[in-house]
Amino acid sequence: MTLNKIQDQIIEEFAVFSDWMERYEYLIELGRSLPPFDETHKTPEYLIEGCQSRVWLYPAYEDGVITFTAESDALITRGIVALLIRVFSGHTPDEILGADIYFIEKIGLRENLSPTRSNGLLAMMKQMRLYALAYKSKQER
Amino acid sequence: MCLVRHTMQLNDIMKLSKSIEEIRSDFPILSTKAYGKPLVYLDNGATTQKPEQVIRVINELYRTTNANVHRGVHYLSDRVSERYEAARETVRAFINAQKKEEIIFTAGTTASINAVAFSFGERFVGKDDEIIISGMEHHANIVPWQMLCQRKSARLKVIPFSDDGILDLESFRGMLTGRTRIVAVAHASNVLGTVNPVREIVREAHSHGIPVLVDGAQAIQHGIVDVTDIGCDFYVFSGHKVYGPNGIGVLYGKEELLNEMPPYQGGGDMVASVTFEKTTYNDLPFRFEAGTTNFTGAIGMAAALDYLSALGRQAVAEREQALLARATAGLSSVGGLRIYGTAPDKVSVISFLIGGLHPYDTGMILDKMGIAVRTGTHCAQPLMERYGITGNIRASIAFYNTDEEIDALVSGVRKTVEMLA
Repeated sequence: MTLNKIQDQIIEEFAVFSDWMERYEYLIELGRSLPPFDETHKTPEYLIEGCQSRVWLYPAYEDGVITFTAESDALITRGIVALLIRVFSGHTPDEILGADIYFIEKIGLRENLSPTRSNGLLAMMKQMRLYALAYKSKQER
Repeated sequence: MCLVRHTMQLNDIMKLSKSIEEIRSDFPILSTKAYGKPLVYLDNGATTQKPEQVIRVINELYRTTNANVHRGVHYLSDRVSERYEAARETVRAFINAQKKEEIIFTAGTTASINAVAFSFGERFVGKDDEIIISGMEHHANIVPWQMLCQRKSARLKVIPFSDDGILDLESFRGMLTGRTRIVAVAHASNVLGTVNPVREIVREAHSHGIPVLVDGAQAIQHGIVDVTDIGCDFYVFSGHKVYGPNGIGVLYGKEELLNEMPPYQGGGDMVASVTFEKTTYNDLPFRFEAGTTNFTGAIGMAAALDYLSALGRQAVAEREQALLARATAGLSSVGGLRIYGTAPDKVSVISFLIGGLHPYDTGMILDKMGIAVRTGTHCAQPLMERYGITGNIRASIAFYNTDEEIDALVSGVRKTVEMLA
């Protein structure tokens, strides 16, 4: 599935919710469903320091696509992480770097994009793109 | 609460001069809807809301009385200078300082502490000297002293505190040596709410000839602060935490000490004469107020202090204590909830964690219910480390909060637990 198709799918899923509570309940549910993270990757190397919640992001590169796994100590952040992984994971570096990420705003989580929110969402996306860039330049060498 | 009790005055009536409905209508922002729900503002420790009486004064100043202070011979400048100096007198009376010259306007608590750390430090602190702070300080009362220690190769010593959040005065006494140059402690902790025994701390320090700075950022708004009674050498606070505008604060300092200290900022208004060879400095308090001061802020802050005085500061404190007791009882009934800071003497601040729930999750969900609390380390990372946590949730209560709002917090927390646990 293309990256944009996934984004559209997420937007559709969130469209059924009428209020904030339901949206956050769903995020929490997504957070719970995040696949277990390899504990050996819980190292400073993979840590993305947000102000209030910590996120570990681990990339794997195989057959031209990047697979991300991640973990956070806060449940809502885990939910957001789960969404990001769903969108970015399994795509080529070029797809990731060329992606226009519009779903966050569309599902009413725009506040989480503010740098003052400090939940690491922005940092997480930036880190995913950095990994993509790194693998791309490796590929080209 | 000692903060109030030991300085209680007979003419301070115990009843608020207005009903809670009248009080709430003084604060326009309190009728805000957050996500369609009535806003429950419990982040007063971060900043307080402003009454009409303050907003009106600031608005009116810009409309009718705007000119630079102390500089013009003209009508407007005279009028605004007069009001600026009247604001200084209001602050003096509010904290019961002896002289108006001892009140210096700064940008806030942080600016005040930095001013003392720099200026006092320049004059009195040298190699191997010691500075004492407490383990429950806000970063604003840690970092300026660390920077001073670095500049002067001095040492920072930290008073420990108990699990309840009470300073260990025994250790403190043992720390005072011939090398101690200053003690800097919070009047009330921004996380634990503990009201520290500042009078006793001052007495101990003074018996060794050591001056004391009291950080009043979390105390000034909760009752009666009397610097003469406390006996401290410096007392600092921010306007925005006491229902005034932001960007304005106070540095109270004893005249004889301030006179010994070099200015920390150079510029206009702080000088007596300037030539390229030599500059002589102005007298107190102007020596420490370089450049165009925040006179609208100062006059706005004075309006806020007047508002509190008219309401009855003792009554304000008592109402907040009642709300704190209600919050403490309500939150304590939530399974797995731990309150950080259980000293008998507290301002209306209550910090907590629920079981293994992340404070960020709790805060986010409370926010969606329209309840504003603060989550994280509250700029007191060493305190968090002391408890072995990475952060917690803080509800900080003001006199304009209601029983219903406290109950909304408690039921909100319960709902959060249902969602997250």
